[in-house]
Amino acid sequence: MENISKIQAFASKFKETNLAFTPTSIADAKNTLLHLDFPTTKTEFWKYTRLAKLAQLRLNQEKIRENEQVVAPLTDNGIVRITNGYITSFSKEIAGLTITPFSKCSEQQLSLIGKKADLKQNIFLALNTLYSQEGLFIEVEENAQIEGVFQLLFHAHGENCFAPFRVFIHVKKGSAFKLIQQFTASGEHLFSLPIVEYLVEENARISCDKLQMENASSFLLCEDYSIQKRNSTVLLNTFSISGAWVRNNSSFLIEGENCETNLNGAYLLKDLQHLDNHTIVDHIAPHCNSNELYKGILSGKSTGVFNGKVFVRPNAQKISAFQSNANVLLSDDASVNSKPELEIYANDVKCSHGSTTGQLDENAVFYLRARGLSEKSARSLITQAFIAEVVDKVEQKEVRDFIKNKLVELHDWTN
Amino acid sequence: MINIVNLHAEVEEKKILKGLNLNVKAGEIHAIMGPNGSGKSTLASILAGKEDYTVTAGNVEFDGKDLLELSTEDRARQGLFLAFQYPIEIPGVSNVNFLKSALNEIREYRGEEQISAKDFLALVKEKSALVELDSKLASRSVNEGFSGGEKKRNEIFQMAMLNPKLAILDETDSGLDIDALRIVANGVNKLRSPKNAAIIITHYQRLLDYIIPDFVHVLYDGRIVKSGGKELALELEEKGYDWIKEELASNAE
Ligand SMILES: Nc1ncnc2c1ncn2[C@@H]1O[C@H](COP(=O)(O)OP(=O)(O)OP(=O)(O)O)[C@@H](O)[C@H]1O
Ligand SMILES: [Mg+2]
Repeated sequence: MENISKIQAFASKFKETNLAFTPTSIADAKNTLLHLDFPTTKTEFWKYTRLAKLAQLRLNQEKIRENEQVVAPLTDNGIVRITNGYITSFSKEIAGLTITPFSKCSEQQLSLIGKKADLKQNIFLALNTLYSQEGLFIEVEENAQIEGVFQLLFHAHGENCFAPFRVFIHVKKGSAFKLIQQFTASGEHLFSLPIVEYLVEENARISCDKLQMENASSFLLCEDYSIQKRNSTVLLNTFSISGAWVRNNSSFLIEGENCETNLNGAYLLKDLQHLDNHTIVDHIAPHCNSNELYKGILSGKSTGVFNGKVFVRPNAQKISAFQSNANVLLSDDASVNSKPELEIYANDVKCSHGSTTGQLDENAVFYLRARGLSEKSARSLITQAFIAEVVDKVEQKEVRDFIKNKLVELHDWTN
Repeated sequence: MINIVNLHAEVEEKKILKGLNLNVKAGEIHAIMGPNGSGKSTLASILAGKEDYTVTAGNVEFDGKDLLELSTEDRARQGLFLAFQYPIEIPGVSNVNFLKSALNEIREYRGEEQISAKDFLALVKEKSALVELDSKLASRSVNEGFSGGEKKRNEIFQMAMLNPKLAILDETDSGLDIDALRIVANGVNKLRSPKNAAIIITHYQRLLDYIIPDFVHVLYDGRIVKSGGKELALELEEKGYDWIKEELASNAE
């Protein structure tokens, strides 16, 4: 028998897509999967996240058309459900928004997809490109201020299923759009691979809250690619609430002047959960601000990774870029690898980065107990306060409340 | 109220309390004075239940119960309150929110009903007015960004909210300006009743002009070495501690 690579064995049951974003995207993806294999921990980008367990799975793409609801949607402003990588329910009409499945997109629309992502280096991007059966193109009309929050509900269901999906969001000039992406799973050995691209035009604004709530045997790999034009604002909040293995690759290219880029993340890990947040903020243009705040609480034998890279290119004068990662370890067996990185090639800039990992402040616990609070309440109040700084970055109150309640429910906190 | 008998305690094999005796009855106010490092805060911490210290001998009876057997929170629920010498900051934890939880946990422990939102707000209003604590401060994160004096005032505000049987004030007067001192003293006096008691740790007799103690004790080298009435504080203020050390040395001979 021919000696095939791990990635080829992994993909052996997958179905090639009928969708092609660009004339070469399929060929490039195939080529990548032919020549690259699953990265090992010797690769810097995957140093602290093992792919061996994922690589051993033999997954299918199972088409599901009915909906299963694990977590109720937060509002009914506009919802698209995506189950196992297939669109299972479509949004109602919303003024200012055009939502089109890839199969019905124009060539001009499709040509925007995958522009800045490096298909030749990234096997997951290749898997997504070659095997996504469906995709969604969301267009926010020029100057449209979309009311309420739009929701993408990604759900994986069944056993041994692979769920790749691609989304492209074009936020046109002067428009504003608020989005929630929710990730849930029911079943065993599910691998979700949603990739979302954002093209944020001049004076446009997008805020996006990602709520990751998969289950104890699921794998979730999210990639986000954002490109910003002049005077635009991007806010991305990622909450990793449950899910056995989660990897987030978030990449922000700031091409235009006067942009705001805010990335926040909070994670609460327990048992054997593993979460890896990799972020790249690339400042190309002058007069921009980026802020990054990731905070995590780890208990049990959970492991966390934070790797944040900020590039300040030679032309990116007068920018400010701040980055911070703070972790609290609640058990001896939990661990974090945190690496904030700054690469600065411009001289007139304000940048800072920092990383802390510590225990819960026992003096604070004692203080609260000395006022009559039980030890459990005291600990949960202090941990909630630690995470609240990130939760408070969420703009919608209903989303903030949802996250808080979810954390209370899953982490046995007192409210 | 509280009876401390032959208390010995150490931390990291360092002996700090070396046979301390103190009996405080309901309705009484006791002041404890003594040189730096003599063990005053250690005593307060042990009474509040801090686990860093090991009690090697002695016992403490509080309101008929073995205090040292109780958890920190149960001591608070039984009515013991410690105003810390160095109140810590707890970012993100709202002062009034945590007090409401604390008050309700205390009530639950005592088999009482939960306090209503309305009654709680009224209580906050009344007690913050009592210690003249800005209501904005009352609802901010615990002590975060508070000045030294504001932190101390916040301790007294919390004490007033929880209405303890026994209050232990550890140098609540240090760092206070004259007005704040009067306010804090006033807060303590308002809580004074035949059913309550207080232990006031201080370096300055000035506070005792406002809160008149029934007894003044000198804690030195882990023991109460001298006790007297309020005039003892005046004498200490005037003469310092050397004469007591000398007295002790000559007694030992
Ligand atoms: N956690 C600890 N670890 C080590 N030593 C300690 C600890 N707590 C107290 N000590 C020591 O015990 C002694 C008594 O300290 P304590 O704080 O009780 O003194 P104090 O009488 O309150 O002094 P002050 O008037 O300065 O507040 C000091 O020598 C102090 O260094
Ligand atoms: Mg002290």
